[in-house]
This record gives sequence, structure tokens and C-alpha cells, in this order.
Amino acid sequence: MQISLNIWRQYSATDPGKFVQYTVESVSSDLSFLEVLDILNEQLTTAGERPVAFDHDCREGICGSCGMMVNGQAHGPQQRTSVCQLYMRNFKDGDTITLEPWRAKAFPIVKDLVVDRSAFDRIAAAGGYVAVRTGAAPEASALLVDKPNADTAFDYATCIACGACVGACPNASASLFTAAKISHLASLPQGHPDRKGRVVKMTQQMTQEGFGDCSNHGECQSVCPKGISIDAIAQMRREYIRAQLPFG
Amino acid sequence: MQLNPRIPDGPLPEKWDTFKDRCKLVNPSNKPKHSILVVGTGLAGASAAATLAEQGYTVKSFCIQDSPRRAHSIAAQGGINAAKNYPNDGDSVWRLFYDTIKGGDYRSREANVYRLAQISNQIIDHCVAQGVPFAREYGGLLANRSFGGAQVSRTFYAKGQTGQQLLLGAYGALMRQVAAGRVEQFPRREMLDLVVIDGRARGIVVRNLLTGAFERYDGDAVVLATGGYSNVYYLSTNGKNSNVTAAWRAHKRGALFANPCFTQIHPTCIPVASAFQSKLTLMSESLRNDGRVWVPRQAGDERSPQQIPEADRDYYLETRYPTFGNLVPRDVASRNAKQVIDEGRGVGRTGLAVYLDFRDAIAAQGKATIESRYGNLFEMYQRITGEDPYREPMRIYPAVHYTMGGLWVDYHLMSTVPGLFVLGEANFSDHGANRLGASALMQGLADGYFIIPYTLGNYIATAELPEVTTGDEAFGEAEASARARTLKLLNIKGDRTVLDFHRTLGQLIWQGVGMNRSREQLEQTIEAVRSLRAEFWQNLLIPGDATSLNQSLEFAGRVADFMELGEVMARDALAREESSGCHFRSEYQTPEGEARRRDERFATAAAWRYQGDNIPPTLVSEPLNFENVELTQRSYK
Repeated sequence: MQISLNIWRQYSATDPGKFVQYTVESVSSDLSFLEVLDILNEQLTTAGERPVAFDHDCREGICGSCGMMVNGQAHGPQQRTSVCQLYMRNFKDGDTITLEPWRAKAFPIVKDLVVDRSAFDRIAAAGGYVAVRTGAAPEASALLVDKPNADTAFDYATCIACGACVGACPNASASLFTAAKISHLASLPQGHPDRKGRVVKMTQQMTQEGFGDCSNHGECQSVCPKGISIDAIAQMRREYIRAQLPFG
Repeated sequence: MQLNPRIPDGPLPEKWDTFKDRCKLVNPSNKPKHSILVVGTGLAGASAAATLAEQGYTVKSFCIQDSPRRAHSIAAQGGINAAKNYPNDGDSVWRLFYDTIKGGDYRSREANVYRLAQISNQIIDHCVAQGVPFAREYGGLLANRSFGGAQVSRTFYAKGQTGQQLLLGAYGALMRQVAAGRVEQFPRREMLDLVVIDGRARGIVVRNLLTGAFERYDGDAVVLATGGYSNVYYLSTNGKNSNVTAAWRAHKRGALFANPCFTQIHPTCIPVASAFQSKLTLMSESLRNDGRVWVPRQAGDERSPQQIPEADRDYYLETRYPTFGNLVPRDVASRNAKQVIDEGRGVGRTGLAVYLDFRDAIAAQGKATIESRYGNLFEMYQRITGEDPYREPMRIYPAVHYTMGGLWVDYHLMSTVPGLFVLGEANFSDHGANRLGASALMQGLADGYFIIPYTLGNYIATAELPEVTTGDEAFGEAEASARARTLKLLNIKGDRTVLDFHRTLGQLIWQGVGMNRSREQLEQTIEAVRSLRAEFWQNLLIPGDATSLNQSLEFAGRVADFMELGEVMARDALAREESSGCHFRSEYQTPEGEARRRDERFATAAAWRYQGDNIPPTLVSEPLNFENVELTQRSYK
């Protein structure tokens, strides 16, 4: 099939940027979406033009490197799928596909579809961990964890930090990302020491980075490639309120 | 040159304790004065950086990704082994050690492997304390499964995302130290050279991938945890950015590279579907616990799998290996798949696949049980192939997945360059000629959390480390050479893209140094790779500039190094005149077609020493002494 790509091109953070239209011929439905970008980049390189920059690495939906708006949807039309796992059988001959980077004040554009997501690392550094030194841990089986809690913790812990939640949110909020880590740790006994400090520091950092707040649009959970529920955000709110209470 | 593995004296079970008891310690008040450079933030690198910082060292951590959390350890699916023996099924440190050394076909060091098995239990304790959400039973205890040919259930897991969960644990520990100001994190930096001063590793030169700037960092030790080199094959299960560059540049500065031909070909990957395919996707081999591998009995049988009756199916692993069946080690499973495919019995459109069938498991245990075990893997398979594995068998094909070879290290995990430590997949140490499932995560974390803090401390406490600065001549020379090489790539302005060169290289290495190797083919491969490399430096086309993000230029530097490594892999495979583990030389097989080792000559680690760009490297052998296990022919019959 023939696919037209309408891609946001921006040389640097200060360049104004614009959409440029490209065509890729003979696209097989077995190709992944990023492989079509590979083919386009081969064409551009051979033609002496600058290839489209996009972050990618594992191409199996787990590293969180890739991510872009595909026809206005973060990661494209298939639910619970990062763009590297999107296959061309989801498109048809003659389609025009518009690609844009995540748009958010806290994610400055680096080049083309590449944005700077280091704000996520700073939120993680603010408290997204259990403070345990190597070598100090007790015997693993000494701690029992109710299976439903362990499963809930796992579901929240699957966040890949791709930034789709931010890209999709009308407020460019990082609430789902932040809440996923807070809820993962709040679901486990290991996360209970310093749970108050964690939620306060992480949410404070989130705000400082310039992310908006959550107003329950729910766009984030519908685009999340790992299907993380906005229940996480409700849990984050509860954790926050608990942190304000002297007896919480 | 003699290689000294520096294995502590004493009985095997006491060696590590002996080392820890006797090693020199660094005065706590002096630790912050020592700057340690850690390159790579996968399981080994992140755990090392975090732990060294906890101990008080001043750590600088580097990664090529935009965030340390994206290192390719994140993609490991199946699990992590430990000798906890929670299921009470007969596991022990000895058994984990024995299985690992036997699984590696007796091409690893007893002392290193025993230490790994000993440490395995501490890793689980630590990761649980970090909040890693391992699978649990209803009683609240940790769940275990059997994995990759083990006859005990010693694998801890978090669905099919164990690597992700362990890495995020290590990443959390790392970010905690970043927040505490004890680690400075440098993302999007690629190490392009190692700086050696007075024979010791004292710094690195990196390129800032966003600005193109070359940067110099000095330190008292350098820790490389930069992963494996499977991408030399172009198509592999590694992330697209995984590369050998940091390790290779260290090799060219004097670090020996050991067993480069030991590359693991994983049996359960999704087959290649198109010529433009950019990578292969692994599905955890835990699938082989319940899936049955088969092909049609007759070559050219084009019926759909459901139409092929039981009598016309050949469950070849179950037939040939009645004891282990579908759970034979990876190398055996891969080689058998290749064999039935070579016989024309491959399945699917390309014929380059075998079936992995869950029909019987679903019938016996119910769809819900199978879904709870493998749901995410089935979903992934369906997304990629458009086929539903609950209804029809998966098609699988072997793919390059892991490299057991790597920079040579001694028991201290130190390379032949003093002060250069190498951890995780980047070193060669623990898996011999074949790695068992769920052992890579164990090794990466053992190296980073529990070994390097002791051995690096011992080095710092005993080495003479006069002050160096990034203004020293050696830094200037290293930076100039890295800069010249980068600009040279950009200025060739030929007409073949780096991707095109890489794909061609990959095909050569896959054919020559893949599942079946022969003298004739290896000799041809060496010549073919050399001429491809010559063409590469004449005819490469790199677009863009060197002063902003230029992914083509990054890749070109990595492919340039793969071109050199590929030749050494073929030389290593040629020199190893035996079959062992993953390394199957058609000239050396038993009458039943199994690998025939030649212990009298090749119970060695083959370490290669760089001699110059167009001069063949020289081989230095480290004899492997087996004092505790008897070398047997691996048999999974």
C-alpha cells in the first residue's frame, strides 16, 4: 500500500518547525509503524535530505523510548500499544498519517519527534523508590504480601515512562506517570515507610516541572500502552490527603 | 602474556567469603574523594552506580538513552534465578552452580559461577525490599517457576516483565543517589574512548549525542556495564541502540576480548516476516513449559496446523530428548529447529519457523490458567503476527539474543587494563558457552550490587592513583582520535546508508558465525567482512551534521565497531576447534549429531588481544581448571 506521512519537522528547540508531507510506496501490512519510518529515512538519506529524528530502542513496547502523536492519538489507533508495536495492518492503502511530537511545556522539543523527558527522571528522583541500602535487606520470605496487593502493585509498576499520558492530556499533566509509581509503592508494605514524604515530594516536583494538574479527562488511561488505570490518580489523591493528616 | 584470574585460595564454597574477609577497605572518609565512572545503566550499571554511591564514592553515571531507565535489561521477560529452594524441590547453591556450569558446557570458571549462585539469594532479598512486585501465591509467599531446562523451580518472576521490574528497582536506587547528590547522571552520552594513564584506566571520552560535543571525564576507576553485542547480527532481540562500542574501544586500549564467538541463539522468537524487518522479538522461553514444539513429519506438508493429525506431527524435542523434552537448553532447542527446517519441514509462509502449540495445555489446564501465565506474551504475539495463539499454534524461530563473550575479566571483574571493571553482559565471565534462562538478570545484579562494591574497593585501597586531570595529554589524544573518527564517518559522503551496510554485515555473520559453523565458511566470512569493512570506509553515506542530534552518525560509529568485532568473532570460532554449547562446528560432532567438546585442548577461555586495525589479533588462552565438577558430555536425552 501507499502511505502519506505528514510529519512535524523541527531542527532544534529554537527552530519554529513545520509539517512536511512525504510518501512511502509498497508498504507491507506486516511492517511495524517504525519500520515505515526507517524506510522513509532511507529514502531521505539517499536523496541527500535529513532523516526524521525519533527516539526508539527495544521496539517491543517496554523501554518507553518511542512515542508520538499519530493522527492526534498518542501512540496511534490501537489501544494498549506503543507506537513500535503498531503494525501497518491497522492502516489502509492511501492513508495519510500525521505525526507530531508530544506537546507539553515540560517536554521541550529536541528535534523533529524527539522531546526531552528528563522531567520524569526528576520526578522519580524526588521519591519514586523505597529507600533501602544494598545489603540491608531481610530474608525475602519474611515479608508476606497479599496476592491481590502484589498484583495491583505490579499493574501500576508496568509504567514505561513514554510520556503518552502527558501528550494526550489537555492539561499536559503527568499525573498518571507520577501516580503509577506512588500507587505501586503504596500497594506494598515495603512502600509504607516514608509514604507521606514520597507523595508530597513527587507531586511537588511534578508541579515544578510545569506539568498541568489532573481534571479527570481520562485521556491518559485510554492511550496508556500499559493500560494503567486512573484509579492510580485517585490513590495518589488519597495518599496526598493522608499525608496532610497528623493521624493519617 | 599470561592471564591471572586471581581466584582466591581455599575450598570452592569459601572462596568468596575468604576474599571478602581479606580484601582491603577504603577509609569511609576517603571514599568521596574517589570518583568512579560507571558507563551503562542496565541492571549491572545502575546497581553498581547506586551501590557505590551508597558506600560514599563520588559516582558519575553515563547512558546513551534519554533516561537511565531505558537500558535494554528492561526487555528481559522470564525471570531471575536464585537458590532459595522455597518450593522444597531439592535446589541448593551447589545445584544452581552445577546447572549453570554444566549448562555453559564447562567453559566458565568454577569460582565465578559458584559465587554467582551464592549471591543469588541476596539479590532476591534486596529486590523484594526495594518493592519489586514479584509474583506471589495466595498465601503471600513468593511464587517460583521452572525455567529453561531446570528441573527445580528456582525462577522468580514478575509476569513476563521481570527485567523491567528489576531494572526499575535499580533505577529507583540510582535516582535516590542522584537526589542525594552522590551520583551525577549523564544521559545521551556515548563513550567513545577509554583513557589509560600509566597503565591504569583513568577516564573516558564521551560524545554528547544532543550537541555533538566531546566531553572528558576523569576518575579513579572506570566501570563498563554496556551490555552485549548481539546487534552485530543486525537482526537480534536486542534494542536498536545496543552496541559494542564502549567495550570495543576499551579493547583497542588494551582490554582483552574473550570468547567473542559465544553468542546465544534463543529458540523462541517471532519469525522474520519482511525484508525491512528491523529487529526480532523474543518471547520468553517460559512458554516451553506448557507449549509443545512440533513440525509436520513430511517435508512440504502445507496443511494448516489444525488439519495436521497427531500421527503426522513430529514433536521432535520430546522424541529426541525424552527426559527434558521441550525444556532442553536454548542451544539444543535452536539447533534442532534449524535442523528440521533445513530438512524442509519448516512451517509458515517463509518456511523458517516451527510450531509452539498450546492446544494440549489449554485442554488440560483451561484457557484461564494459560492466560494468567502467558497472557502478555500471547497478546504480544498476536499484535505482531495478527494470529491468535489460543486458537492456532505460535510460529517460532531462533534469533540471536545474548552474547556470553565479552571483555575478559578476572575474579575481581577487572579487565586486563587495571582499574577498568566490566560487569554484566559486557564481560565474559559466568555463562561459558551457553547461558541458562533467567541467569542474565542474576549475573547483572550480582555484579553490580554485591561484587563490585568489594572488588573495586580493594582496587582503590591498594592501587597507586596519582592525581590526573582531563587536561592531561592522554585525554587530549583520546578526544582527538574519537573526534577524528566521528568526522571521518561523516565526511566519506559515499552512497550506501549505514543501515544497508549493517544489514549486509548481519547476514554475513548470521551465515558464518550462526547456529552451525565450519572452517570453510568461517574463512570466507573473515574475508567477506574485511572487504565489507573496506567498502564501508569508502562508500558510507551519513546525512546531517555532527553538531546536533544525528542518529545516523551514532549508528555509523557503532556499525564501524561491529565490522571489526565481526571479524574477530569469526577468528575465534575458527580457532575453537570443537563444539561447545552455542558454538557448533560441523567438523566436531558426536555420531548422534550433538556437540563434541575437546576438553583436552579447549577447556579454556579464548582472550583476544588487539594488535592494530589491519593486523589479526593474537590469542591468549586462560586454562579453566575444574576441581569440583566432573566434565561430562551434556546429555538431555
